[in-house]
Amino acid sequence: MDYDVLVVGAGVTGCATAMELTKYTLRAGVLEAGEDVCTGTSKANSAIVHAGFDALPGSLKARFNVEGSRLMPALARRLDIPYRRNGALVLAFSPEERAGLEELLRRGRANGVEGLELLDRQALRQREPRVSPEAWGALYAPSSAIVCPFELTAAMAENAAANGARFHFGARVTAVRREGELWALETQAGCFRAPVVINAAGLGGGTLHNLVSREKVSLVPRKGEYCLLDRKVGGLVSHTIFQLPTRMGKGVLVTPTVHGNLLMGPTALDVEDPLATDTTAAGLDRVIQQARRSVPELPVNRVITSFAGLRAHPEGEESDFILGEAPGAPGFLDAIGMESPGLSAAPAVGAFLAESAAYLVRASVNRSYDGSRPAVCRPAELSPEERAELIRRRPEYGRIVCRCEQVSEGEILDAIRRCPGARSLDGVKRRTRAGMGRCQGGFCMPRVLELLSRELGLPPEEITKGGGGSRLLWGPTRKRGGEGE
Amino acid sequence: MDEMELTCICCPIGCGLRATLEAGQVVRVTGNTCPRGEAYARREAVSPMRTVTSSVAVEGGVRPVVPVKTVPDVPKDRIFPVMDAIRDLTVPAPVRAGDVLLRDVAGTGADVVATAGLDKAP
Amino acid sequence: MISCDLAVIGAGPAGLAAAIAAREAGVEDILVLERDEAAGGILNQCIHSGFGLHTFQEELTGPEYAARFRARAEELGIPIRLGVMVLGLGSDRVLTLTSRERGLEQLRAGAVILAMGCRERPRGALNIPGYRPAGIYTAGTAQRLVNMEGLLPGREIVILGSGDIGLIMARRMTLEGAHVQCVAELLPYSGGLKRNIVQCLDDYGIPLRLSHTVVNIRGRERVEGVTLAQVGPDRRPVPGTEEDIPCDTLLLSVGLLPENELSEGAGVALDPVTGGPVVGEDFSTSVPGVFACGNALHVHDLVDFVSQEAAAAGRSAARFLKGGPPAGPVIPIRCRDGVRYTVPQHLAVEAMPPEVTVRFRVSAPFREKYLACYINGTRVFHGKKRIMAPGEMEQYTLRRAALPADAREIVFCVEED
Repeated sequence: MDYDVLVVGAGVTGCATAMELTKYTLRAGVLEAGEDVCTGTSKANSAIVHAGFDALPGSLKARFNVEGSRLMPALARRLDIPYRRNGALVLAFSPEERAGLEELLRRGRANGVEGLELLDRQALRQREPRVSPEAWGALYAPSSAIVCPFELTAAMAENAAANGARFHFGARVTAVRREGELWALETQAGCFRAPVVINAAGLGGGTLHNLVSREKVSLVPRKGEYCLLDRKVGGLVSHTIFQLPTRMGKGVLVTPTVHGNLLMGPTALDVEDPLATDTTAAGLDRVIQQARRSVPELPVNRVITSFAGLRAHPEGEESDFILGEAPGAPGFLDAIGMESPGLSAAPAVGAFLAESAAYLVRASVNRSYDGSRPAVCRPAELSPEERAELIRRRPEYGRIVCRCEQVSEGEILDAIRRCPGARSLDGVKRRTRAGMGRCQGGFCMPRVLELLSRELGLPPEEITKGGGGSRLLWGPTRKRGGEGE
Repeated sequence: MDEMELTCICCPIGCGLRATLEAGQVVRVTGNTCPRGEAYARREAVSPMRTVTSSVAVEGGVRPVVPVKTVPDVPKDRIFPVMDAIRDLTVPAPVRAGDVLLRDVAGTGADVVATAGLDKAP
Repeated sequence: MISCDLAVIGAGPAGLAAAIAAREAGVEDILVLERDEAAGGILNQCIHSGFGLHTFQEELTGPEYAARFRARAEELGIPIRLGVMVLGLGSDRVLTLTSRERGLEQLRAGAVILAMGCRERPRGALNIPGYRPAGIYTAGTAQRLVNMEGLLPGREIVILGSGDIGLIMARRMTLEGAHVQCVAELLPYSGGLKRNIVQCLDDYGIPLRLSHTVVNIRGRERVEGVTLAQVGPDRRPVPGTEEDIPCDTLLLSVGLLPENELSEGAGVALDPVTGGPVVGEDFSTSVPGVFACGNALHVHDLVDFVSQEAAAAGRSAARFLKGGPPAGPVIPIRCRDGVRYTVPQHLAVEAMPPEVTVRFRVSAPFREKYLACYINGTRVFHGKKRIMAPGEMEQYTLRRAALPADAREIVFCVEED
């Protein structure tokens, strides 16, 4: 299949790029190895829109973080996704650490971050009473925010699709050839051609780059483990609370999420296996210990799940995003090494790459681009009268399928029917939160399975947790009967 | 003379019982702390019986399976043949609780009886 | 806004028994609210036998036990609304309901009985390290899949936790042709009934690995294996004891938690040990007119006791609706030294019936120890128990006749001699 621009990877960077590409008169395609958007690095991170005070001034990270953070509120509004500017605090635990805060303040101001302020112990405690009494002071960044990475990525993908971009799932790129002016990408789902390719393949981005470029890069999977706490304790702190960054990254943070949970993590450990998203006893212990250093009262018995994500870290210290044309590969644009603040930077990175790509294929501005997203129906956010009226028209919004997060059948059907839609249990979970609550799907899993099976026209044993070989069931216990099935 | 080790299930103590058998008859029980343990061992050592509960495939029902049990209990060593017979069985909807779905399952003399009803799919 | 005299939340064994008893005590206008498509609650998927020995002197399966109560409710003409979810409950006893058929509704109830049951602790609550592949289910979810949907979750099974559902599922999966490698239990003793250990594990040669836990889960897409390790007295894994067990499914039976989101929303005070409401001998909660019973109150081993307590809660709700006499002074029932909790947690001495059953659990297995009851610091009961185990609920009957007029406090404990 031929396109003007092919994006490899449907994570947050790839989907932002796809969305931005549809603002131009060009044919955009997205190739994704997984069964859905947001299945790699984008699904397991801190869900923070960073203010941008810790990136080295002049770096791509600094520029795109600050720009992305500036774009995010309007983007969230037009795509109808949750976003909350809750502010961040970087704690210092001794007078000696004050120098560290001052360095961040200096960097932040150089990067153009607004509203930064140093707080003494008293001002800190006033702003966030639950922080450790050991905290001696803090840097306050009011522009730091929280967002839902799943909804952000899915919403940008939906907007891209609504404006003409096409998504191909199960399309892992296995080989790249140059065919005249075109790049030919061999995938499990066939061969795709385009003059411009954008490499947003996350942890696979290094391998893809090295297939075409004379200058090789090495991406190290850097594992970060997290624990998520029950919404019952979500109000313990209101800010995103950091400790001073280390050589390995921003360190363990404690933050509320836009859905009212409390998140703590990540650790930072370089691993060899780019698929090693397993948590470890040592890692989880470390998360808890470090998080308690910031907020001693953290009720760790309220953990409802833990997970690990892998950031694609370019080898070397103070490394930067790798953005732009790969050396020796005309029309092959990289967006790799998108570790933190990759999520924050995504809207700005997408705009930058789309503009570069549009220039290369001589596309003009697409005047019929629609910046909105087909409305998402969230019954719980309606007034009682509106909700009652909705259920009168569409009874499926009246049946609750996920009791913990109170997600209705209608919302789950919507998630499956949207484009691109959910194809798996995790796809439904990421879009609707069904299964994300304190029982972690124990109650709703068989019910969501049934809806997926019905909507996709597949027998239940072919429904997966998250694509590939993640089938949920062995099969029926009895040979299947007649119409009852 | 045979000896058989058993764990009593009559109460949470779970006494370790030892039944002595002669010519297939229990002649002595030791290890029990109450008469219930002795009675249990006398039964269990000679002819252990179990209720098999499982489900049977239903054709045209609102659900694919209906729960069943064996009535009366079947010998413990016949559980798997009973299960094979239950697995091979398909009955049409509707099913009512108490319906006998299979007589003399696996030659045990016991019936497979539905323990719940299942309506026909609309 | 619609209204009724008594709203019962949940049509499981507790809700049905409560509604029946309330009707028998003269409450006409009852509405039972059930989120599932059938009444009976968790019993509908508990297709094994062993229910009802105390109530009916025979061994019934879960669906059969439920059917007896359903039939009685039907006979009494008690309306049960199915497929309706209670979204919220206020301290003013106004419920917010949602359903396919009737949409969003407000229901004002003269009295409310909380009978929502309990839910299973998921993997996340244990923080087991490893991957998060398909093939990890709570035992109850697996039970629903196998028994209601006719779907087999997997073929090579490891079960963590020896609670009764885990034991029952070990047998059930074996009968369905799966291979259960073992049941691992963190504690040095099982939380399940002896009878289930013999008839679900021993009968099938399934090993019970006490003082063991799962310390890692392998497999990126589907479970490929788990690492089992022995735990020390501190319940932490002992290094060097790890062993890899290949399997495609991990079932968890690691505890049940009373479901009380609605209760909390109404401001009902909860007991941090049971996870259920704090109640008096009449099963009244801290919110007037709101009563609690069943597994939403505290997790039971035997459904018979659920039915008994729920019936008492139903009668109390009926008394409340008739504007019964004031309860008079209330004294606390406390626990210490080996007794983890009691239900009820307090007692209205003047209003109490001639006998009140206090149910409780011990904190560890005790052999040849004494159960003691103190009133105002004076020991009034001292009885030797051959064995007491956390997995088996204990009970003691308080007699009104035996309570002194100046009773201020009742305490239960386990004593050495």
